[in-house]
Parts: sequence; C-alpha cells; structure tokens
Amino acid sequence: MIMYGREPRGRMAMSSLVALILTALPLPPMLETVRPAFLVLVVLYWSIATPRAGGITLGFMAGVALDAFRGPVLGQHALALSLVTYIAVREHQKIRSKPYFQQALIVFALLFVYEFVVFSIDGWSGHPVTSGLRWLHPFTGAALWPLLAAVLERTHSPR
Amino acid sequence: MAYRRSLPARGSSAGFRFTLYAMLSIALMFMDQRSGLLQNARYLLQAVAYPVQLAVSSPSAAWHWALENLETRDSLRAENRRLQAHQRELELRVLRYDALAHENAALRGLAAALPPLAERWLPAEIVNVELNSLRQRVLIDRGTRNGVFKAQALLDEHGLLGQTTHVGPWSAEVILITDPEHAVPVQIQRTGLRTIAVGGGNAGALALPYLPSNADVKRGDLLVTSGLGGVFPAGYPVARVAEVHRDAVQPLAQVRATPTAQIDRAREVMLVWFREGHPAAPVKADEGDLKTGLIGMQPQSRPLIAPSPPGKGGIQ
Repeated sequence: MIMYGREPRGRMAMSSLVALILTALPLPPMLETVRPAFLVLVVLYWSIATPRAGGITLGFMAGVALDAFRGPVLGQHALALSLVTYIAVREHQKIRSKPYFQQALIVFALLFVYEFVVFSIDGWSGHPVTSGLRWLHPFTGAALWPLLAAVLERTHSPR
Repeated sequence: MAYRRSLPARGSSAGFRFTLYAMLSIALMFMDQRSGLLQNARYLLQAVAYPVQLAVSSPSAAWHWALENLETRDSLRAENRRLQAHQRELELRVLRYDALAHENAALRGLAAALPPLAERWLPAEIVNVELNSLRQRVLIDRGTRNGVFKAQALLDEHGLLGQTTHVGPWSAEVILITDPEHAVPVQIQRTGLRTIAVGGGNAGALALPYLPSNADVKRGDLLVTSGLGGVFPAGYPVARVAEVHRDAVQPLAQVRATPTAQIDRAREVMLVWFREGHPAAPVKADEGDLKTGLIGMQPQSRPLIAPSPPGKGGIQ
C-alpha cells in the first residue's frame, strides 16, 4: 500500500466518528451482546493500513472518547487501545500482507487482548462485571473484519 | 520510500509513543480513581460527548415524535379519559393522605404537621443511547445547569429507579438499582425488617443476599427504601419479592425481587430534591464518612431524630 502524497487524516477522523456513533447506537438487547467494537476495528484498520499517520495517537484519542462514553475509569479504554494499536503498528507489514481471512484471525486475537485489558482494569478499579457476555464481541468483530477492511480500503486507495 | 521520508518527521518510534501513552493512561486512571483531580476533565468530556449522544439518539427520538403526532383523535380522547380518571383517584388519595398526616401529627403531639418530604421535582427524559451493555446505566437530559448533583435519587411513578453518578453540564449518567454495582438499603414493608437489595445485572432483577434463611420474607412482599445510607429518602417503593428460595444447608436465603419501577421502559423520569432537616430526608454526602466506598452502602451518620444543637451547654 503506497501513500498518495498525504495521509488520509480527514478520513481517519470521519470513519472513527462514524464508528463511535455505531458504538453508542441503541439496539435491541439481543443484538446488543453481539455488537462488534466498531471503533476498535476502525482504529486497528488505520494502524495496519497507514501506520505512520496517527496509529497509536489515534488509538489513544479513540480510547479517551470511549472512556467518556462508557468507562467507569478514565484511561481504561485508552490504555487498552494504545496497546492493541501498538501491536498492530509494529506488525503492520506482516498483518497486511496476509489475506483477509487470516487478518480476521489476527484481529480476533487483538480484540481479545483489548477486552482482556478492559476486563482486568474493571476488576482492579473495583467495577467488576461478572457476565460472560463481554467475550462475545471479538467473534463478531473478526467476522466483520473482511467487509470493514474492504470498505475502508476503497475510501483511501483508488485502484 | 514512505518509511524513509516520514521517519525523521515523525520523530519518535512506535515503542516510545506507546510507552508515553500507556503511562498517560495509567496516570489518568490513577488520578480518576484515587483523587478528585479529574472532576473537571470528566465534566468537560461529558459536555463534549453530549451532542454526539443526542445525535445518536435522534433517530429514535424522531420515531417517538412521529408516533405521537400520528396518534388518532380517538386514542387521544381515550387516553384523556383514562388520565382524568387517574387524576381523580390521585386527588382522592391525596385527601386521605392529608387526613392521615394530620392524624399522625395529632397522635405524635406535634403542633403542626411536618412539611412535605420532597421539596422540588424535575422531570427528565432518558436519552436513548447505549452507554455500556454490560452495565445498567442510562443517560438523562438534565445536568448541573438544572441543579442536578451527584448521587441524586431518581424515581418514576412506580418507584425508585437509581441515582446519578457522573453529572455533566447538560446531561447526567444514572446508575440503575439493577446494576450489579448498586445497592439500596431497603426495608420489608410488612415486617420492618431491614436489609440491602443488590442489583442483579439485568432489568428485571434485584437480589437480597443478606437475609438469613429463617427471615420472615414471603413472595409478594413490598420492599421500600429504609432511608439508611443517606442517599434515598425513607419509604419509597423499590421492588416486590418475586422468589424466595430456602435451602436447609444454606445459612442465607436466596431472595429475588422485581423492581416496581419500569426499569427498561421508562422514558420520563423524576429527579427529586428533598427538604433538608426533615427526619426522613437523606443525609448530605459531606456529612460523615460518605466519601469512601460505595455511597449506597455507607451507614447513616446522623440519627433519625435531629440531635440537640451542638453547644457546650448541652446535656452530656
């Protein structure tokens, strides 16, 4: 993937905002539990596709936004997202050279790491959630990855 | 090519930046958790987030608005009739309540009846936005600009809903009584037995985990707020006991209750301010040791009967 002159900052911000809105959109309780972490997916996509444009900074900022919406402690999602974007940025060449199906597996692992960090901080800060439903969203997130990556790719690399 | 060009411009490596942000996040968490340093930052974030949240909730708000506008004349008339009947019933009940209050005052030998408990009511609407599906939290459209404060009680017409946790300028986050992190000090109305109702994690359930298996509790018992804990005033309905399970080998009974408030259906809710100094009013958060731990679980720092003024000449 070659950069065309400048990095797609505006598109990164726009897609992140859309993802944030999708995260907060009210859904019926059945769909609620399987809602993928849209913002995490979008941030992961940008850190793999354009690791030099934002990457970890975007991850941190998106994390703070998530904290403002849903975190019991400020900095919780920021730390989790910084960690997974760091892994994604470091390994971006290995990840993006793979076909979508294998990328989805890696994304699943990253989503799982993300949820584990959030889960640990929930426990340490004294706001534990005992429900096992929180481990469902990495599955739907990984399933959505090929579609999301294909859509986002069309927004910034005309072929 | 892109790599070599942008490396000097970017300056720092990914590892360095990650370390920086990780330390920043940990510092944020520490400050938010251990001290009140981030109160203002939270307030600001809540103010920034509110427009986005309003935008997110706007489709469903528009849907409700459209439904309301498309209601037929007949259904409106029927509703009007129903509401009038309801109002008449309430008026009758208020009359009886007044009579009872007078009788009570006379029995207690008080010169005048006590002033009403609730001083001010403010209707608020629940903003239809998902905060966190794992927790029972909702957002309401009133904030400090309307005088809302932290740990303020929230009711609907059937009973207790929850209390405010993070208050922004125009919005406030509410923790519902069914959140597993929330606990309400309650009293069984029939027997006066006091216990604590803990949230069960979904909209329909509260648990009473601290009742011994020989406790006098039956299916259908009404739980009301006991007034201990200093957040909720005494005597408001909370839940009805739905299930009592006694096991011969367990020292504690397993009791489940369903909230009387319409936890997952309510859209219009009421914020309440209480008259200070009323015996059944909640104590203020700055009185006593209420700053640490779960606010709903703290013992009440003030006796129910107002003490004599703390002068040196008081009875020792």
